[in-house]
Amino acid sequence: MTKNVLATRTGIIVVGAVIGILAPLLQKLGNPGNMGICVACFERDISGALGFHRAAVVQYLRPEIIGFVLGSLAAALAFKDFRPRTGSAPFVRFVLGVFAMIGALVFLGCPWRALLRLAGGDLNAILGLAGLVFGIWLGTLFLKNGYNLGRTQKTHAAAGLLMPVVMAGFLVLMLIFPQIEGEPKNDILFYSIKGPGAMSAPLLIAICAGLVIGFLAQRSRFCTMGAFRDFILFRQMHLLTGVITLLVVAGITNLVFGQFHMGFEKQPVAHTLHLWNFAGMALAGLAFALAGGCPGRQLFMAGEGDGDAAIFVFGMIVGAGFAHNFGLASSPAGVGPHGIAAVIIGFAVCLAIGFTMRKK
Amino acid sequence: MTKTIDARGLSCPQPVLMFLEAVKSPEDTQFAVLVDTEASRENVSRAAESQNCRVTDIQETGDEYHLTILRNP
Repeated sequence: MTKNVLATRTGIIVVGAVIGILAPLLQKLGNPGNMGICVACFERDISGALGFHRAAVVQYLRPEIIGFVLGSLAAALAFKDFRPRTGSAPFVRFVLGVFAMIGALVFLGCPWRALLRLAGGDLNAILGLAGLVFGIWLGTLFLKNGYNLGRTQKTHAAAGLLMPVVMAGFLVLMLIFPQIEGEPKNDILFYSIKGPGAMSAPLLIAICAGLVIGFLAQRSRFCTMGAFRDFILFRQMHLLTGVITLLVVAGITNLVFGQFHMGFEKQPVAHTLHLWNFAGMALAGLAFALAGGCPGRQLFMAGEGDGDAAIFVFGMIVGAGFAHNFGLASSPAGVGPHGIAAVIIGFAVCLAIGFTMRKK
Repeated sequence: MTKTIDARGLSCPQPVLMFLEAVKSPEDTQFAVLVDTEASRENVSRAAESQNCRVTDIQETGDEYHLTILRNP
């Protein structure tokens, strides 16, 4: 058995630092403000690119997400860590993915973006991070009381490869139907011509950054939800060290690039409704905790053969469709017309899942 | 006495929670933990060290890991 250097304290710090440098760099190279990487936002953009929602400002088949899954697959194969598995309450995970996305889009970001927003000086992110920790804390109460979605089963290698194949297929679609300057669509794929969806780092750089992060994160098990969960449950600092490193390094990188602007008002792709920043992310945090991983970690697990994580990812992609078709997602103008109702329903569903799905 | 914990098919943090539950009983001094992902192996090992225990042996058979954990005297 080879020692996994990236699973050590030093390893997780290195991974946090790499993400903390690459994310602001991707922003510098074209990605939206304080959104060098946002797994929820980018999956939402993918949902839009495929036409699952028609919010014209957020449609782009983000290569970073494809890179995350394929990079994770590469690491899993290289280190004999590819373990095709599935069958632990898949539809529950899908529903958790849907509400995780709805909560994240009420806040406007996944945990990674919450950190990157704070690292860019957006103080609204403090409310989001507080909500995230609160939601994860709720999740740990269920975990302590026997919440468990059941065991996975080993499955065919080909089944474990399906998610990476789907992601590779998305990349092929992007090469066949590339963005045409000023056109909102190329045959089957939608492309934003204004708004955050129109802002992107060059494809080759984006995919390479995704591959590097996917590779490193698979080996290190980097997970923002797990970081807070493990600290709350076990007072263990391992993953949290990586998360703190990401925050600090991204802050420094933003200062170097002149991308740090402190305040609550006029922050990019953000609103200032404190209660809903908190509540949206609390819902997302609870859903992540019940599903066993933040959106990034779910992509990395999907890359190493976890079919249930793949289903969570597609729950998020479909959730983005609901969020924009039903007016649940927030915008810089504030929460969507039905966003508050969706957060309340999401809490009811996630709490019901936590209370009823226990093994004694 | 050896206590066996079968955490195969379970993902984080379940294997760690099961180990921490088991380690509460002072009469158990040796634990056999079965897991089937590398992440679970690492997490359980880390948890063992935090509980004044040490991993004395890890057997890899197929896709499974069999960890032997001893409570430090």
